[in-house]
Amino acid sequence: MSMKNFIKSNLPAIAVVLLAVVFMAVGAWRGEIAVVLKKAVNICLECIGIG
Amino acid sequence: MLKKLKENGRTVFQLLYTAVTNGYIYGFFGGKIFKGKTKGFCVPGLNCYSCPGALGSCPLGSFQAVLSDRKFKFAFYVAGILMFFGAVFGRFVCGWLCPFGLVQDLLYKIPFPKKLRKLPGDKWLKYLKYVIFAVFVVLLPLTVLDIIGQGSPWFCKYICPSGTLFGALPLFAADEGIRGAAGGLFGWKTAVLVFLVLLSVVVYRPFCRYLCPLGAVYSVFNPIAFYRYKVDADKCTKCGKCQKACKMDIKVYEKPNDPECIRCGDCVKACPYGAICPSVKLKKKKSEEKQK
Ligand code: SF4
Ligand code: SF4
Ligand code: SF4
Repeated sequence: MSMKNFIKSNLPAIAVVLLAVVFMAVGAWRGEIAVVLKKAVNICLECIGIG
Repeated sequence: MLKKLKENGRTVFQLLYTAVTNGYIYGFFGGKIFKGKTKGFCVPGLNCYSCPGALGSCPLGSFQAVLSDRKFKFAFYVAGILMFFGAVFGRFVCGWLCPFGLVQDLLYKIPFPKKLRKLPGDKWLKYLKYVIFAVFVVLLPLTVLDIIGQGSPWFCKYICPSGTLFGALPLFAADEGIRGAAGGLFGWKTAVLVFLVLLSVVVYRPFCRYLCPLGAVYSVFNPIAFYRYKVDADKCTKCGKCQKACKMDIKVYEKPNDPECIRCGDCVKACPYGAICPSVKLKKKKSEEKQK
């Protein structure tokens, strides 16, 4: 499959990947990674059924 | 030996993937969880970040963590990760890259006198996972707040069997202090897990089909993901062998990109005419492909 055909048949996926990258960058800029990290490095009491 | 390995290639891959992404062995013995920076990134599947071995984060838990944080009203970072995995893999994640999917696959291998193709009411039940996503993953964490404005991860707390199996059980086994804190909520979550474990012996992947909000998210991307299937109309005779081989009971020749398809590849192997293949491999000239 040529590059042109590949792009043509995957346009929606390419658009979503680009939007995803923008979302990730916006989230990182807003400080969301720190929230994820803080939750993930401490035992999540809700997950294990005691919180 | 090599033939057997090839036959069970997906299971071997799932086991290796699960072992590598949950490779913090020390955690299992010490009743501790990994605290490294890699946990700032999410793995694609339902992999509890409270599993002692987990090296990355669960996307669903992370999504709820940000939404329930009083500083945020939307989780851009995790939404971006979900969109990325969705657009690249679709539900290939479910078939190959999810530890809880693997558990259900293994349970289904246990012999049982009468296996069911699907649950009665499957036609409607399959939409339950979208409702669970909307209510337990988005609405409740965003709107039910304590006095300081903090919400909680409702799906993790009241439903998720992966947290109980991969988080609670190994931590309870290794740490008496944590074990002592178990109460009614733990009893409820254990009951959910036991019910799903038993059901998984009879029906293929009941949690993925009816309840998993992560599967619901990826299912939306199945028709547009880079990794998708095409049926070569020149080769397909509509013999139905693909549907017979499909444990999710999908009419592959009509809907190769059905939202429920977990890309296990069984239909591809079962087709005697080689009519089903991943889109990237199919030569366009030969086919007048169907893509739904
Ligand atoms: S309890 Fe379930 S949803 Fe929550 S972090 Fe663990 S695996 Fe993810
Ligand atoms: S539906 Fe959920 S539990 Fe099942 S394989 Fe997909 S992400 Fe994992
Ligand atoms: S057998 Fe085919 S249609 Fe069925 S889940 Fe597996 S890949 Fe999808």
